[in-house]
Amino acid sequence: MQYPSKQAVQAALEARHGIERQAAFSAASVAICGLGGLGSHIAMTLARAGIGRLHLIDFDAVDLSNLQRQAYRYSQIGMPKTDAMRQILGDIAPYCEVVTDCVRVTEENAALLLARETIICEAFDRPDAKAMLVNTLLTQRPDAYIIAASGMSGLRTGNTIRTRAVTKHFILCGDESSDVGEDGTLYASRVMLCAAHQANTVLQLLAGNFYE
Amino acid sequence: MVRINGESMACDGMTIGAYLEQMQYDRVRIAIERNGDIVPKAEYDTVVLQDGDVLEIVRFVGGG
Repeated sequence: MQYPSKQAVQAALEARHGIERQAAFSAASVAICGLGGLGSHIAMTLARAGIGRLHLIDFDAVDLSNLQRQAYRYSQIGMPKTDAMRQILGDIAPYCEVVTDCVRVTEENAALLLARETIICEAFDRPDAKAMLVNTLLTQRPDAYIIAASGMSGLRTGNTIRTRAVTKHFILCGDESSDVGEDGTLYASRVMLCAAHQANTVLQLLAGNFYE
Repeated sequence: MVRINGESMACDGMTIGAYLEQMQYDRVRIAIERNGDIVPKAEYDTVVLQDGDVLEIVRFVGGG
Protein backbone atom coordinates (compact mmCIF):
# COMPACT_ATOMS: atom_id res chain seq x y z
CA MET A 1 0.00 0.00 0.00
CA GLN A 2 0.95 3.64 -0.35
CA TYR A 3 1.67 5.32 3.00
CA PRO A 4 0.54 8.88 3.62
CA SER A 5 3.39 11.38 3.15
CA LYS A 6 5.73 12.24 6.00
CA GLN A 7 4.15 15.70 6.07
CA ALA A 8 0.65 14.24 6.39
CA VAL A 9 1.74 11.94 9.24
CA GLN A 10 3.45 14.82 11.02
CA ALA A 11 0.38 17.03 10.63
CA ALA A 12 -1.84 14.29 12.10
CA LEU A 13 0.49 13.95 15.11
CA GLU A 14 0.63 17.72 15.58
CA ALA A 15 -3.16 17.92 15.46
CA ARG A 16 -3.33 15.47 18.39
CA HIS A 17 -0.33 16.49 20.47
CA GLY A 18 0.14 20.16 19.64
CA ILE A 19 2.97 21.56 17.53
CA GLU A 20 5.37 22.29 20.38
CA ARG A 21 4.97 18.95 22.14
CA GLN A 22 5.18 17.01 18.88
CA ALA A 23 8.38 18.89 18.01
CA ALA A 24 9.90 17.54 21.26
CA PHE A 25 8.70 14.00 20.48
CA SER A 26 9.96 14.16 16.88
CA ALA A 27 13.38 15.41 17.94
CA ALA A 28 13.78 12.70 20.59
CA SER A 29 16.00 9.66 20.48
CA VAL A 30 15.08 6.94 22.96
CA ALA A 31 16.82 3.63 23.67
CA ILE A 32 15.01 0.44 24.68
CA CYS A 33 17.19 -2.28 26.18
CA GLY A 34 15.43 -5.61 25.88
CA LEU A 35 12.58 -6.35 23.46
CA GLY A 36 10.47 -8.81 25.44
CA GLY A 37 7.05 -8.12 26.89
CA LEU A 38 8.09 -4.72 28.19
CA GLY A 39 10.36 -3.51 25.39
CA SER A 40 8.16 -4.59 22.48
CA HIS A 41 5.19 -2.68 23.91
CA ILE A 42 7.26 0.35 24.90
CA ALA A 43 8.57 0.51 21.32
CA MET A 44 5.08 0.34 19.80
CA THR A 45 3.75 2.98 22.17
CA LEU A 46 6.60 5.42 21.57
CA ALA A 47 6.50 4.88 17.80
CA ARG A 48 2.78 5.67 17.80
CA ALA A 49 3.46 8.87 19.73
CA GLY A 50 5.80 10.02 16.96
CA ILE A 51 9.17 9.68 18.68
CA GLY A 52 11.72 10.54 16.00
CA ARG A 53 14.32 7.87 16.62
CA LEU A 54 14.22 4.58 18.50
CA HIS A 55 17.32 2.54 19.35
CA LEU A 56 16.27 -1.06 19.96
CA ILE A 57 18.64 -3.57 21.57
CA ASP A 58 18.11 -7.30 22.09
CA PHE A 59 20.17 -10.43 21.37
CA ASP A 60 17.30 -12.91 21.22
CA ALA A 61 14.97 -14.33 18.57
CA VAL A 62 11.16 -14.54 18.64
CA ASP A 63 10.01 -17.82 20.21
CA LEU A 64 6.57 -19.44 20.35
CA SER A 65 6.56 -18.99 24.14
CA ASN A 66 6.90 -15.20 23.72
CA LEU A 67 3.65 -14.68 21.85
CA GLN A 68 1.54 -15.04 25.00
CA ARG A 69 2.63 -11.52 26.08
CA GLN A 70 5.02 -9.93 23.62
CA ALA A 71 4.01 -7.81 20.62
CA TYR A 72 5.29 -10.25 17.97
CA ARG A 73 3.39 -12.33 15.42
CA TYR A 74 3.36 -16.01 14.52
CA SER A 75 4.91 -15.21 11.15
CA GLN A 76 7.94 -13.81 13.01
CA ILE A 77 8.92 -16.92 15.03
CA GLY A 78 12.67 -17.45 14.65
CA MET A 79 13.44 -13.87 13.59
CA PRO A 80 15.79 -11.74 15.69
CA LYS A 81 13.54 -9.55 17.86
CA THR A 82 15.31 -6.45 16.57
CA ASP A 83 14.29 -7.34 12.97
CA ALA A 84 10.78 -8.38 13.99
CA MET A 85 10.25 -5.12 15.86
CA ARG A 86 11.58 -3.09 12.95
CA GLN A 87 9.05 -4.86 10.71
CA ILE A 88 6.14 -4.11 13.06
CA LEU A 89 7.15 -0.47 13.56
CA GLY A 90 7.46 0.00 9.81
CA ASP A 91 3.71 -0.43 9.53
CA ILE A 92 2.86 1.65 12.62
CA ALA A 93 5.23 4.58 12.25
CA PRO A 94 6.87 4.39 8.81
CA TYR A 95 8.83 7.62 9.35
CA CYS A 96 10.28 6.71 12.75
CA GLU A 97 14.04 6.15 12.45
CA VAL A 98 14.65 2.68 13.91
CA VAL A 99 18.23 1.74 14.81
CA THR A 100 18.85 -1.82 16.02
CA ASP A 101 21.65 -3.71 17.73
CA CYS A 102 21.29 -7.48 18.02
CA VAL A 103 23.72 -7.82 20.94
CA ARG A 104 23.71 -8.60 24.66
CA VAL A 105 24.17 -5.46 26.76
CA THR A 106 26.96 -5.84 29.30
CA GLU A 107 28.71 -3.72 31.91
CA GLU A 108 31.55 -3.31 29.41
CA ASN A 109 29.58 -2.23 26.31
CA ALA A 110 26.57 -0.40 27.82
CA ALA A 111 27.95 3.15 27.92
CA LEU A 112 29.36 2.97 24.38
CA LEU A 113 26.26 1.27 22.95
CA LEU A 114 23.98 3.92 24.49
CA ALA A 115 26.24 6.93 23.93
CA ARG A 116 23.69 8.75 21.74
CA GLU A 117 20.63 8.47 23.95
CA THR A 118 19.84 10.37 27.14
CA ILE A 119 16.51 8.61 27.73
CA ILE A 120 17.03 4.88 28.19
CA CYS A 121 14.41 2.24 29.04
CA GLU A 122 15.53 -0.87 30.92
CA ALA A 123 13.29 -3.69 29.73
CA PHE A 124 15.25 -6.84 30.55
CA ASP A 125 13.73 -9.82 32.33
CA ARG A 126 16.50 -11.00 34.67
CA PRO A 127 16.98 -9.05 37.91
CA ASP A 128 20.78 -9.14 37.70
CA ALA A 129 20.66 -7.68 34.16
CA LYS A 130 18.29 -4.94 35.34
CA ALA A 131 20.57 -4.02 38.24
CA MET A 132 23.66 -4.15 36.01
CA LEU A 133 22.23 -1.69 33.48
CA VAL A 134 20.88 0.71 36.09
CA ASN A 135 24.11 0.75 38.10
CA THR A 136 26.35 1.02 35.03
CA LEU A 137 24.44 3.90 33.47
CA LEU A 138 23.86 5.86 36.66
CA THR A 139 27.59 5.63 37.36
CA GLN A 140 28.94 6.19 33.84
CA ARG A 141 26.19 8.37 32.32
CA PRO A 142 25.14 10.92 34.96
CA ASP A 143 23.37 12.94 32.24
CA ALA A 144 21.06 10.06 31.22
CA TYR A 145 17.59 9.26 32.48
CA ILE A 146 17.07 5.55 33.08
CA ILE A 147 13.52 4.26 33.27
CA ALA A 148 13.62 0.77 34.75
CA ALA A 149 10.98 -1.85 35.54
CA SER A 150 10.69 -4.21 38.47
CA GLY A 151 7.67 -6.31 39.41
CA MET A 152 4.84 -7.06 36.96
CA SER A 153 4.36 -10.84 37.36
CA GLY A 154 1.28 -12.81 38.26
CA LEU A 155 -2.36 -11.79 38.07
CA ARG A 156 -2.92 -9.57 41.10
CA THR A 157 -4.54 -6.16 40.60
CA GLY A 158 -2.98 -3.80 38.09
CA ASN A 159 -3.36 -0.96 40.59
CA THR A 160 -0.12 -1.93 42.34
CA ILE A 161 1.95 -1.01 39.30
CA ARG A 162 3.22 2.53 39.71
CA THR A 163 5.98 4.95 38.70
CA ARG A 164 8.33 6.75 41.08
CA ALA A 165 11.61 8.63 40.86
CA VAL A 166 14.23 6.95 43.08
CA THR A 167 16.64 9.74 42.12
CA LYS A 168 16.15 12.46 39.50
CA HIS A 169 17.75 10.23 36.86
CA PHE A 170 16.52 6.81 38.05
CA ILE A 171 12.82 6.25 37.54
CA LEU A 172 11.30 2.92 38.51
CA CYS A 173 8.03 1.39 37.25
CA GLY A 174 6.31 -1.75 38.54
CA ASP A 175 4.97 -3.16 41.80
CA GLU A 176 8.56 -3.77 42.99
CA SER A 177 7.65 -7.11 44.55
CA SER A 178 6.08 -9.72 42.25
CA ASP A 179 8.91 -11.94 41.08
CA VAL A 180 8.44 -14.16 38.05
CA GLY A 181 10.19 -16.95 39.95
CA GLU A 182 7.82 -16.75 42.94
CA ASP A 183 4.56 -15.22 41.71
CA GLY A 184 4.01 -17.40 38.70
CA THR A 185 4.22 -16.48 35.10
CA LEU A 186 3.92 -13.16 33.29
CA TYR A 187 0.63 -12.10 31.73
CA ALA A 188 0.32 -9.67 28.83
CA SER A 189 -2.06 -7.46 30.82
CA ARG A 190 0.26 -6.59 33.72
CA VAL A 191 3.38 -6.53 31.54
CA MET A 192 1.65 -4.05 29.23
CA LEU A 193 0.60 -1.92 32.21
CA CYS A 194 4.22 -1.69 33.29
CA ALA A 195 5.40 -1.01 29.73
CA ALA A 196 2.80 1.75 29.47
CA HIS A 197 4.12 3.29 32.69
CA GLN A 198 7.61 3.33 31.20
CA ALA A 199 6.47 4.78 27.86
CA ASN A 200 4.36 7.36 29.67
CA THR A 201 7.40 8.43 31.69
CA VAL A 202 9.39 8.90 28.48
CA LEU A 203 6.67 11.13 27.03
CA GLN A 204 6.36 13.08 30.27
CA LEU A 205 10.11 13.69 30.41
CA LEU A 206 10.02 14.94 26.81
CA ALA A 207 6.97 17.10 27.47
CA GLY A 208 8.76 18.54 30.50
CA ASN A 209 6.05 17.73 33.04
CA PHE A 210 7.38 14.60 34.78
CA TYR A 211 8.62 16.37 37.89
CA GLU A 212 5.63 18.70 38.21
CA MET B 1 21.22 6.25 63.24
CA VAL B 2 20.92 5.56 59.53
CA ARG B 3 17.62 5.58 57.69
CA ILE B 4 17.38 2.66 55.23
CA ASN B 5 14.23 2.05 53.17
CA GLY B 6 12.31 4.22 55.64
CA GLU B 7 13.50 2.46 58.80
CA SER B 8 15.98 3.72 61.39
CA MET B 9 18.88 1.31 61.70
CA ALA B 10 21.78 1.38 64.18
CA CYS B 11 24.40 0.64 61.57
CA ASP B 12 26.52 3.82 61.64
CA GLY B 13 30.17 2.91 61.24
CA MET B 14 29.46 -0.15 59.12
CA THR B 15 30.39 -0.29 55.45
CA ILE B 16 27.53 -0.67 53.00
CA GLY B 17 28.99 -4.06 52.06
CA ALA B 18 28.88 -5.29 55.67
CA TYR B 19 25.26 -4.13 56.01
CA LEU B 20 24.30 -5.95 52.78
CA GLU B 21 25.99 -9.08 54.07
CA GLN B 22 24.19 -8.86 57.42
CA MET B 23 20.80 -8.36 55.78
CA GLN B 24 21.53 -11.05 53.17
CA TYR B 25 21.01 -8.82 50.14
CA ASP B 26 22.13 -10.29 46.82
CA ARG B 27 24.37 -7.50 45.59
CA VAL B 28 24.01 -8.34 41.89
CA ARG B 29 20.27 -7.59 42.09
CA ILE B 30 20.26 -4.22 43.81
CA ALA B 31 20.92 -0.52 43.29
CA ILE B 32 21.63 1.80 46.22
CA GLU B 33 20.79 5.46 46.55
CA ARG B 34 22.47 7.34 49.40
CA ASN B 35 21.51 10.94 50.21
CA GLY B 36 20.21 11.44 46.68
CA ASP B 37 23.04 9.82 44.72
CA ILE B 38 23.63 6.33 43.41
CA VAL B 39 26.46 4.48 45.16
CA PRO B 40 28.74 2.84 42.54
CA LYS B 41 29.00 -0.91 43.14
CA ALA B 42 32.80 -0.62 43.39
CA GLU B 43 32.34 1.56 46.50
CA TYR B 44 30.06 -0.77 48.49
CA ASP B 45 32.94 -2.11 50.56
CA THR B 46 34.57 1.26 51.23
CA VAL B 47 31.64 3.61 51.93
CA VAL B 48 31.10 3.80 55.70
CA LEU B 49 27.55 4.61 56.84
CA GLN B 50 27.35 7.88 58.77
CA ASP B 51 24.86 9.06 61.38
CA GLY B 52 22.03 10.82 59.51
CA ASP B 53 22.55 9.05 56.17
CA VAL B 54 19.39 8.25 54.23
CA LEU B 55 19.60 5.22 51.97
CA GLU B 56 17.31 3.37 49.69
CA ILE B 57 18.18 -0.13 48.57
CA VAL B 58 16.21 -1.05 45.45
CA ARG B 59 15.93 -4.80 45.02
CA PHE B 60 15.09 -5.82 41.47
CA VAL B 61 12.74 -8.73 40.85
CA GLY B 62 12.53 -10.79 37.66
CA GLY B 63 10.12 -10.40 34.76
CA GLY B 64 9.97 -8.35 31.61
